[in-house]
Amino acid sequence: MGANVQKKKIDVKRIDKIIKSYDKSEESLLAILQDFQRAFQYVPEEGMRRLARYMDVPESKIYAMGTFYKALSLKPRGKHTCKVCMGTACHLKGAGQILETIERELKVKRNSTTEDGLFTVESVNCVGACAMAPVVVVDEDYSGHVRQSKVMDILDKYK
Amino acid sequence: MKAITSFEQLEGYREKVKAAQKKDLPTVLICFGTGCQANGAVAVAEAFKEEIDKKGLKVDVNIGFKTTGCHGYCENGPLVVLRPKDVLYLKVKPKDVPEIVEKSLVGSEIIEKLVYRDVNTKETIAQYHEIPFYKYQKRIALRNIGSVDPRSIDDYLLCDGYKGLAKALTMSPEDIISEVEKSGLRGRGGGGFPAGTKWRSCRAVDSDVRYVMCNGDEGDPGAFMDRSIMEGDPHSVIEGMIIGGYAVGAKQGYIYVRDEYPLAVKNLQAAIVDARSMGFLGKGILGSNFDFDIKISRGGGAFVCGESSALMRSLEGKVGEPRAKYIRSVEKGLYDKPSVLNNVETWNNIPVIILNGADWYASFGTKGSKGTKVFSLVGKVNNTGLVEVPMGISVRELVEKIGGGVLNGKKFKAVQTGGPSGGCIPDSKADLPVDFDSLTAAGSMMGSGGIIVMDENTCMVDVAKYFIGFLVEESCGKCTPCRDGLPRMHKLLADITEGRGKDGDIETLTELCDVLTYAALCGLGNSAANPVLSTIRYFREEYEAHIRDHKCPAGVCKSLITYSIDAEACTGCTLCSKKCPQACITGERKKAHVIDTSKCIKCGVCKDVCNFDAVRVE
Repeated sequence: MGANVQKKKIDVKRIDKIIKSYDKSEESLLAILQDFQRAFQYVPEEGMRRLARYMDVPESKIYAMGTFYKALSLKPRGKHTCKVCMGTACHLKGAGQILETIERELKVKRNSTTEDGLFTVESVNCVGACAMAPVVVVDEDYSGHVRQSKVMDILDKYK
Repeated sequence: MKAITSFEQLEGYREKVKAAQKKDLPTVLICFGTGCQANGAVAVAEAFKEEIDKKGLKVDVNIGFKTTGCHGYCENGPLVVLRPKDVLYLKVKPKDVPEIVEKSLVGSEIIEKLVYRDVNTKETIAQYHEIPFYKYQKRIALRNIGSVDPRSIDDYLLCDGYKGLAKALTMSPEDIISEVEKSGLRGRGGGGFPAGTKWRSCRAVDSDVRYVMCNGDEGDPGAFMDRSIMEGDPHSVIEGMIIGGYAVGAKQGYIYVRDEYPLAVKNLQAAIVDARSMGFLGKGILGSNFDFDIKISRGGGAFVCGESSALMRSLEGKVGEPRAKYIRSVEKGLYDKPSVLNNVETWNNIPVIILNGADWYASFGTKGSKGTKVFSLVGKVNNTGLVEVPMGISVRELVEKIGGGVLNGKKFKAVQTGGPSGGCIPDSKADLPVDFDSLTAAGSMMGSGGIIVMDENTCMVDVAKYFIGFLVEESCGKCTPCRDGLPRMHKLLADITEGRGKDGDIETLTELCDVLTYAALCGLGNSAANPVLSTIRYFREEYEAHIRDHKCPAGVCKSLITYSIDAEACTGCTLCSKKCPQACITGERKKAHVIDTSKCIKCGVCKDVCNFDAVRVE
């Protein structure tokens, strides 16, 4: 983790509000964890504990889900998430080199966060935009036909 | 909106919507698909609105998520279609809009610089349906995509929406199942299991509760047809599921959608709300005594959850691990109740099969694979996007006729089909008809329909390593062959691509593949060996070149290649030396440059920036 990414104080009320907006049914577990992820950019430990109590299931079960599903992260993320698509079409069109360029320029390894906490760089499986390969997604914005020599221009916009 | 409670009311309402249509007015359709939005479709739509307001034109400008599915040329977006003239403009920028409005909407002139130009013949074609990419397609699953607004149930009704449901409710469940069986529809998610047979088995099990589910966890890299259907035509999936629910006797349906597809989730949610308020979902659908409703569940980004039993565990709020195949979902599926799980495209075909009849559907396709299939034609090909064609078209036709040939005039090498469970079909087999059985016989599979075109610069060992690497990450870890076998295979492939391969590696790989195929617990594990086996089968000499000669013939594997500058081609523009992160390219302005290979990290930046194609990789 980057040195400056600190766990912010988690708003317990917000956690409870998310939990209570769902039925007390195990069917809702994954959806609640995803809402945590959206609200806090990660799944806080306190959230998992409270969820376990509310649903009356062992904490280990919630933790198992938190570690199993890729959409959930147990560590805080950077301000922006930069996803480099590693789908087959992107791979063929040089996604690996694009990721390496980002790693080199931001001095960060894939699936971790920059020192200043600005970017979390992730390699992800197909984002389903193969016709524009190679694709980089920053937060919710898609960029297609990304060139190795131009990729930093995309990220500079978020600095 | 008051719920519709009879077939007469439904038709009456449909007529009312039809009458309200301003038929004679020209329509501007602006693609709001992911690709077009990334290329600036929103600004183009704004510009159209502004320009039309300014001129006070009576033009029905249909904007919004009107055509989210890939219209075809994502790379040529934003796409704008003018109706009724059927003119397609590519790469439209906001500054082009006043000219389009003036010349093509008010007048009837065609703006040449915005229309399609064939890369090979340089011929221009303005008519949407005349462009080769669309001309050879037969759109059944994608029937509404590109013309309906997915957020408008009225739009769907205008395209005969919910007519199939109304017809189904007049039929007996038995008759519906027979019709689906007769149509020959096979599951579009990958396995190709006959849909009707699955439904019949589910209905035959004695139970008071049954479920139908839709698998929208499209995880195969290189495939995005389900995304396009869920985003672009959500009602078609919902209608199919209601019919399925009625046929098998289920009252509850679930749609499991990838969390990475937020727009699909949003459009499906909105469609369910609309369908409910109009009485297509809920109690006593269309005045019958059939009750049915649908819930949406977002996936958690685990590839294995596309496997049926894992998906059901995930729906129940558990970790998505598969179970052994001998327990059948049609008997013990979701919550151990008889369940039918079909893929998005399968459900989306149901309404038109019921409406137009099994014989109509079965008139497309081949003997064993009826109907059409949507493929995502991507990779090193000129025209990329979603194409729907009758089953049985050859690989070569797909790549050359619809795809417009390989990118940059390179040599065609292979297509990869079926995602990580599939394999590669080489050039020598390119006349193979694309259907479920031929692909399986060739060592690949249909999968969800990704067709990834590879050219001479694609290294097949690297491709195999890529897929195995993907599967290592995505293996759920429950069974040993998959959990431990895949990393061993990955290590061997990494060794080969990094110059540490040795004699006997190919044999070891094959042996590991066999273990995986026979002993893995679920379908994903069973098929995980396909990418390796098919590349060894067709491209063994490439493996051998890596192992024996320490050469990567395609120039991909970093450890086995060197970068150099062709002194003849280099103009001495100095761009590469400025961009080189290692500062290892030297040379005087206007003179040929040289790479110091001892410092070169083979990042490829020089090749990417060079405008004169002077960087060589060997």
